Parts: sequence; structure tokens; C-alpha cells
Amino acid sequence: MRDRWKRLGSLAAAMALVAVVATSAASAHPTGGTAAKAGTLNIMGFGTNGDDVAMSRYAIAARAVAPDTVAAPNGGFNDQAFLAALASGNAPDLVYMDRAKIGTYAAKGALMPLTSCIKSQKINTKQYWPAALDSVTYKKQVYGIPEFMSVRAIIADWPVLKANGVTLADLNTRHPAKLRAAATKMFEGSGGKVSRIGFDPKLPEFFPLWAKIYGVDILSANGLVPHLNDKRAVAALSYAVSLINAQGGYGPFLSFRNTWDFFGADNQVQKQQVGAWPMEDWYVNVLAGSSPGVQTLLVPTRDLHGRVVNYTSGSAWAIPKGAKNVADACKWAKTMTATSTWVAAAKNRITIRTAKGQKFTGLRTGNAVADKAIRKLYTKINPWFDQNVTVLQNLLQHSFSIPASPASAEFQTAWTNAVNRVLQGQQTPKQALDQAQAEAVAAIKAAK
Amino acid sequence: MAVASTPRNPTAGPLTRARRWAAGFRERDTWWAYGFLLPWLFGFVVFTAGPMVASAVLSFTDYSVISTTHNVGLANYRSIASDPYVLKSLKNTLFMTAMWVPADMAFSLLLASMLARIDRLGGFFRTVFYLPVLTPTVGVGILYLLLFNGSYGLIDRALAIIHVSGPFWQTDPTWIKPSLVIMLLWQVGTNVVLYLAAIKNVPQQLYEAAAIDGASAWRRFKDVTLPMISPTLFFTFIILTISGIQLFDQVYTAFYNPSSQGTSTDASLLAVIYLFQQAFVYFHMGFASALAWMLFGLIMVVTVVQIVVSRRFVYYEGAAK
Repeated sequence: MRDRWKRLGSLAAAMALVAVVATSAASAHPTGGTAAKAGTLNIMGFGTNGDDVAMSRYAIAARAVAPDTVAAPNGGFNDQAFLAALASGNAPDLVYMDRAKIGTYAAKGALMPLTSCIKSQKINTKQYWPAALDSVTYKKQVYGIPEFMSVRAIIADWPVLKANGVTLADLNTRHPAKLRAAATKMFEGSGGKVSRIGFDPKLPEFFPLWAKIYGVDILSANGLVPHLNDKRAVAALSYAVSLINAQGGYGPFLSFRNTWDFFGADNQVQKQQVGAWPMEDWYVNVLAGSSPGVQTLLVPTRDLHGRVVNYTSGSAWAIPKGAKNVADACKWAKTMTATSTWVAAAKNRITIRTAKGQKFTGLRTGNAVADKAIRKLYTKINPWFDQNVTVLQNLLQHSFSIPASPASAEFQTAWTNAVNRVLQGQQTPKQALDQAQAEAVAAIKAAK
Repeated sequence: MAVASTPRNPTAGPLTRARRWAAGFRERDTWWAYGFLLPWLFGFVVFTAGPMVASAVLSFTDYSVISTTHNVGLANYRSIASDPYVLKSLKNTLFMTAMWVPADMAFSLLLASMLARIDRLGGFFRTVFYLPVLTPTVGVGILYLLLFNGSYGLIDRALAIIHVSGPFWQTDPTWIKPSLVIMLLWQVGTNVVLYLAAIKNVPQQLYEAAAIDGASAWRRFKDVTLPMISPTLFFTFIILTISGIQLFDQVYTAFYNPSSQGTSTDASLLAVIYLFQQAFVYFHMGFASALAWMLFGLIMVVTVVQIVVSRRFVYYEGAAK
């Protein structure tokens, strides 16, 4: 009997040990095992493996919060990790995420409004581009400090244009018929196979841009009212899809596009596999590195009235509810996006690139004052890249973004799927966007 | 090893059985057995049973991790009935499973039958057929994008040799699911090995007797091999069906990763992908939990039907009839 109790005791002790070990493991900090403590700034979504611009600013911001230390595990922002951290009561002090997500997290009460942060750190919100600030503003409260600014323009492969008698004026989105004619002129393909795309409207990703060109924002400024089935959005989608249909149809078009060596030396511009297409500005940097000899020119996108429109997006710093070191978080966000920090990062990049024999193609940030200062640092590369950089800098003031929405993911899924259904011939643009509108309205209603 | 001396009485009541179970703890071996089982039991409780119970509770709430959670009763289950994407994803899932399971079994059986006839190099081919199983499923999804490119993929190039113009596998809604099934056949290795082992276990004298009776090769396969390996076939049938209903990785990688959002389509929306989207993209954890339980129920029903129907077709050697 005594032995039995001994054995029972041993078994219970073993179980307790396993339970203790497991509980300790489960309660470990989900962002890398560093328990949140005073004097440490825990950051999620921004690590120490960034490029030179990220790292030089990191060093400046780390000095700003010193003597406190920074815990910033590598890896981009991950929704699941963020949710797990919030659920376990171990919210990071600061998160770095896509601006498109800010509205959703703000609506769910996961982020703090930055009103007191902006006030206490004397952050000048007027220095940020209005489009960037709009995308982090939900119900008139700012929930994020804008960081990078992604700019979109039409990249034209000049040798292709020249060989086909197409001018830059033909790529003006103000004149849709002219653009379609230019696209078919540059297009090459036969027997159901495409060998060169004349003009790629970049669907579904750039549908918001096409809608804007046709005169409508797909979401109201307050992020609560979708305009997906507005007749101008329907016309925009019909036109953008017609561009693809005029160049072999979606199947051959996409199959060919998927073969491009997008980041390599044999990219589609180098191999003259495309005439022109709208693209984010970072691709100019890619081309400058992978094939510096290409002759590209940039064309701004314009609406049907001829006004320049720039579809922009980017990242932001936000402070989650439950953050323990709000003061440092706020100081960090301010420093990372300050004009002096951006200029220092640009100068550092120029030094690094010069040492490697590479060129500096500028930086586009969420800070308008910083952009102006960085522009002065630019030195000429060649007429092609010089034109590219000038166009990109001039686009910033014409920026628009998709406003912060309480259901940004559902909203994006709704219009992305709608565009795909049209591309795959399952629905007409009107049918698809009517469905998307109904889905977006329901999602926003449920989320707000 | 101590052996219980009391004879088992199948008609014993629950109290008697409980007493007998408790009496087992007088033996040292019982303690050792439970000691060794403990890590597994702990893992099962923490990582399987616990989350299952939690998800059952969550399925009656509007839990979203971040916001305040409310009890919503059966609202999530009612939403399942009214959500058109649930029906769409279920149809896609069942359609794919119905195509994939027989195709996988037939292809595996064909390869296993061929392997059974090879003496030399048999080991080499077994390894070759099994190697794709070791490929990460995410890799298979990427490979699919390359192989099934509608104009320049390897499959279409191969078809062009015999003057067949391949379809646009990834953009034509009619061909998306068949092409995914073909891709899944890449990983038949496990079933090939199982079938091969089952075929090798068929007593040789049965074939000899059939041959003496004048049975053709086909009759020997149909009337000897198939009945004798039917338990293995049945096992793989159930496992593949469950795997088919739970398909996720390859399809998600091919059509739903951020860089391929240009091709995500209603035709590739599978039940678990929709569940994942609801839980981890839209944060509708309560609804996603209800979806998970609906899928669990579906798998249970399908499996029970399979077991009931199988009684007529599966032959267990030496089993009492």
C-alpha cells in the first residue's frame, strides 16, 4: 500500500513537472522570448536584417531611446504572431505594418490612437504627405506614423516604343482608346501564345488606380462606404480588361507574364518582353541594380480630365493597446520618420552605393519635407534614370491612397475576386462589381 | 510482464470494469506503461483535445482575439448555411476529393503492380517513387505554377510534341481543379509502398491455383490480388478522403499567397482555405471554429458511410463472417 502511494506520488510529480515546463514555454514572450520589461522597447515587424536605409535609421532611433534597449526580432509583420501576442497579454510596444491594416486593427481596438503621442513628442503631422496620413487615420484619429511611400507610374521600355512607332504621349491614360491602340501595336503573339505584352494594366492589383483614372475612389474618405459598383468603376474595369483581351486574352497573357525573370538580369525590360506597364517605384531600383543599361522612361498616370494621379501605399508605425513602453515607442516612431533621420539614411546610402560603384535612385518617404531634402542629394546617373527619378519625385504631391477601413482585408478580397472573375470570363464587370459591393458593404457593416 | 489472472467478462458492468482498471495500478508494469504514455497523453490533451474543446466553445461566440467576445448562440452555424462561399468551397472540395482519391489509388496501384514484377532495380524504383513524398508541399505548389503554365509550362510543351494544345490550367476555371489533382499525383509514393507490401503478402499458391484453373492475368488481378489487398485499399481510401477534405498547402501556395493573388479564384477556393481566411485574414475566429466543426462532422459522416459500405467489399483473411 505504501509503495502504491510512493508510485502515485512519483507519477503526480512527473505530471506536475511536465505541466510546469509546458506552462513556462507557453507563457514565454511570443516575439522572441524577451519578456516585456521596463527599459526595453519591444518591436514587432521590424528586425535588424533590413537594408541600409532601415539599419541606419534603426541606429539613430536606438540612440534616441537609449539607455533603454531595443528588442526587435527579425521578420516582417505577421498577423497571427500579433494576434497571439495580444491574446496572451504580451502586446509588443510598437508594430511596423502595412498602412492598409491600420484601419482594421484600429476598428477592433487593437491599436492606440496616437493623439497623446503626437502631442507629447511634438510630432509635426503636417510634414507627412496627406495621402499617407489619410491611410492611417480612422474616425478622425491618427493610429499610425507613416513611413515609406510607394509611388506608381507607367514604366515604358523605350526601345520597344521606338521600334513600334509609339510615343510617350500614346501612353497617356487620359486617352484610353489611344493607349489601347499603342498596346496592340507593341503586342506580339501568335497561335495562342504571347511573346510580348504591349501594355499590362496590372490587374487585379491596380484596379483602384484604374477606378481613380475613371474618376472614382473605390472607398469613401472615412473608409466606410465602398463605391465598387459605381458606373465609373465598372467602366474602368471594363476598359482595363479590354486591354488584356486585345492582347491575346487573360490565359495567354498571364501565362506569358508568369515567365518573366522579374528580379534577374534577364528581366522583361532587358528582353523587351513588355512595352509599358504601371508599377511601383521600387522596381526602378531593381532595374538599376539588375540591368543598369536598360532605357526606361516613366509616364505619370492621369485621370480622364488630364490630372496626374498617383496610387500610393506604404508602411507605418503603430502602438498596440497594452503596450508597456509607450514613451519609447512614440519616441522611436518619431525618430524613424523624422526629416533628419531620412536625410542621414539617404546620405549613408549614397556613400555605400558609391563605394560599390552603384547609383542612388532617391528615396520616397511618407515625409514630404524629407523628400524635398533628399531630392537635393540626387546626382545624375544617365538621362534615362534621371527622367525616372524626376517623374517619381513629382508624383508624390498627386498621391491618393485607399483610406483606412475597419474591414480592409475583406474589402480587398471583395474587389480582387471581382476582378479575377471578370478576367476569367465568369462574370461581366457590372455583375462582378455588384457582388463585390454587396460583400464589401456587409463586411464593413459587421466590422465597424 | 504481469498478466491479469482474472478472466475477461465481456458482460461486466461499468463499475466492475472501473474496479478492474483501478486494480491494474497494483502492478508495477501499469505504472511504467502510464509513465511512458504520459508525454503523448500530455501532448494530446494540450495540442489536440484542448484546442478542440476550445474551438467548440468558440464556435458559439464572435471571438476575434482582439475585440470583446460575446455569446452568439447558433448564429455562426446559421451563417454557414447562408454563406454562398461555404457552399462553393465545399463543392470544390468534394469535387476535388472525388477526382483525386480514385485517381491516386488507381495510379498507385498501377505503379505498385509494376514494381511487384520487378526483381532487379526494385529498390531503386521504390526510392524514386517515394522521393516526391519528401518534397515540401509548399514546393509542390510552386512547382505546379511552373509545370502548368498555360503557354510555356513543361506539361504544355510535352503535349505540344503530340500536337495537343494544352488548356490554360491556372486561369480557366474548368481546368483548375483537374490540374491540381494531376499535381497531387506527384506524391503517390506512400500509397505505392503500402500497396506493394500488400501485393507481396498475397499467398503465391492462390495465383498458382488460379493459373491452373486457366485464369487470365486480368482475372488473377481482379479475383485474387484485389480481394486480398482490399483492407489496404480500404485504409488508403479513408485516409485519402480525409486528406482530400483537408487539402490546403499546395493550393494555398499556388493561388492564395500574396504574390499570386492575381490568380485566386472561386474555382480554387477549398473548405480549409476559406476557414483559414476567415480565421487568420478576417479574424472571424468564432465563425472559423464553426466551420471547423462542420468539416469535422462532414469527415465523420463520410468515414462512417465508407466503413458501412466497405463491409461488402473488404475481405479480411481469417475474419469471422
